[in-house]
Amino acid sequence: MKKVNFMRQTRFRGLFQHVVLTFFSLVALFPIVLIIMNSFKLKKYIFAAPFALPNAKTFSLIGYTTVLQRSNLIINFGNSIVVTVASLFFILLLGSMAAFALSGYQFRGNAFFGFYLSIGIMIPIRLGTVSLLKLMASLGLVNSLTGLILIYIAQGLPLTIFILTSFMSQIPDELKDAGRIDGASEYRIYRLVLPLVKPAIGAIGIFTMIPIWNDLWFPLIVAPSAKTATITLGVQQFLGQYVSDWNAVLSALVLAMVPILLLYLVFSKQMIRSVTAGAIKA
Amino acid sequence: MLDLRGRRTFPTFLVVFLGPAVVCYTLFMMYPLVESLVLSFFSVQPDNSYIFSGFANFVRLFTDSDTAPRFWGALKNNVIFFLIHMLVQNPIGLLLASLLVTKGKGRGFYRTVLFMPTVLSVVIIGFIWQLILNPLWGVAESMMRAVGLGSLFQPWLGLPEYALPATALISVWQFIGIPMILFYTALIGIPDELIEAAVVDGCTEGQVFWRIKFPLILPTIGIVSILTFVGNFNAFDLIYTMKGAFAGPAYSTDIMGTLFYRTFFGQQLQLGNPTMGATVATMMFLIILAGVLLYMFLFQRRVKTYQL
Repeated sequence: MKKVNFMRQTRFRGLFQHVVLTFFSLVALFPIVLIIMNSFKLKKYIFAAPFALPNAKTFSLIGYTTVLQRSNLIINFGNSIVVTVASLFFILLLGSMAAFALSGYQFRGNAFFGFYLSIGIMIPIRLGTVSLLKLMASLGLVNSLTGLILIYIAQGLPLTIFILTSFMSQIPDELKDAGRIDGASEYRIYRLVLPLVKPAIGAIGIFTMIPIWNDLWFPLIVAPSAKTATITLGVQQFLGQYVSDWNAVLSALVLAMVPILLLYLVFSKQMIRSVTAGAIKA
Repeated sequence: MLDLRGRRTFPTFLVVFLGPAVVCYTLFMMYPLVESLVLSFFSVQPDNSYIFSGFANFVRLFTDSDTAPRFWGALKNNVIFFLIHMLVQNPIGLLLASLLVTKGKGRGFYRTVLFMPTVLSVVIIGFIWQLILNPLWGVAESMMRAVGLGSLFQPWLGLPEYALPATALISVWQFIGIPMILFYTALIGIPDELIEAAVVDGCTEGQVFWRIKFPLILPTIGIVSILTFVGNFNAFDLIYTMKGAFAGPAYSTDIMGTLFYRTFFGQQLQLGNPTMGATVATMMFLIILAGVLLYMFLFQRRVKTYQL
């Protein structure tokens, strides 16, 4: 009798867990699905039946044609890809080099550089914007992708170095010493160590990529020109201009969402795991 | 460094490894941060030169009849913005995490879906919610009517008394995935034997949570709190996207980030002022620094107390 009771209780609890999780999942998913659905409808039906799936009668690509004709979204995409890939490459390269030096050698100033480079983990680079813009102006880098890339490299380095240093210090010294006895230079040993921290590099790559892709602040301030606008800024400006064209607005939102969503659906496990990697910092 | 024959050699490779990162970081992060702090003690002359003015900018920011209400207003709003995140986002994040660690079907699917909004840009999220809450489209209203709450619907984003909680809740909706995953990882890390031993000893479920799990995830609560704090006092994109640089209606959604942007760049009739902008940034810096120090003071100790 008691056992039955207990089983009923656990079954009830399992149901309760599913209900709560399903509820919050719907809350998370609904706005995104609603926008995607309605972006494929004629304007009349966006308003008449917002919750219905598009069908033969209501289907329309008018919003997408407007976006592709009137916006710079293609150029914006290109800019975002250049900025994100270049920043990521240099963050990982410079970051892993610095982490290799900090983790592999006892030298005077090791602790100092370790601390100095970690200050930027908690203090947002945005707070230096006034002076950063001055600096960019004096370097002639306003409205250039190079300027953005340099800022993002500086922004991404502290956390990357911090995490990679802790990963690299777990690599046994014997391994490196064996290389040294074989006559390998320190540069060669760096290249020997690098593949050993691949998982960490992957996690950091994802973790730093998303904020760069999604950033609005620096594109808005340092590179707002039509030629250099990234996708986030481009969408923001397009939406501001076409606010009353619902088809165009919905389609622009979908176009801006799709690349990140696809990436997320493919790499969701790694992305979620990378959040933890990023937070171990604190 | 000693070479094979025991002679000291200059470690060139250290400079090669460390140099590029240090130079880039110093030039584009530390130098601008420090110079911004310094600039807050200067003021711009009509000929665009800077002269030292001591604490004049700060006095102006705190007491001037034009700027002071904006500063104190933004600070108050930012505190409210932060409190809403702490009271809504983080407890729900913990609830979801504790449901995700239970054994059962579809946990991976739920996790993927719940984290999805977090990876999207704030600009997209802001616009999506603006459309949903727009009375013209009426999506939110008709959904509320469907559950019998239609009369409660209001154009929240346009009302000064509701706009700030509404934007804060939208931000909560987006970023709930971060505390969720952090708590999830912490909960997974608690050894099963510990829980089993407690259950065998007759602990109720509540006792297991409050006496065992809670103390063990306390460090994570600290991390989540400080991440929320820094993120909130540095927030800008969502308010700018939804309410513009003036953070309307009637500055009711104005937070430190939008105040900083407006002060620095100026908007419409208001002229931009780099040194006043730097002053706002310095205040943000001090607030964030205070938060980080408090966190280190509180949690670096607690962690030790609860170490197994």
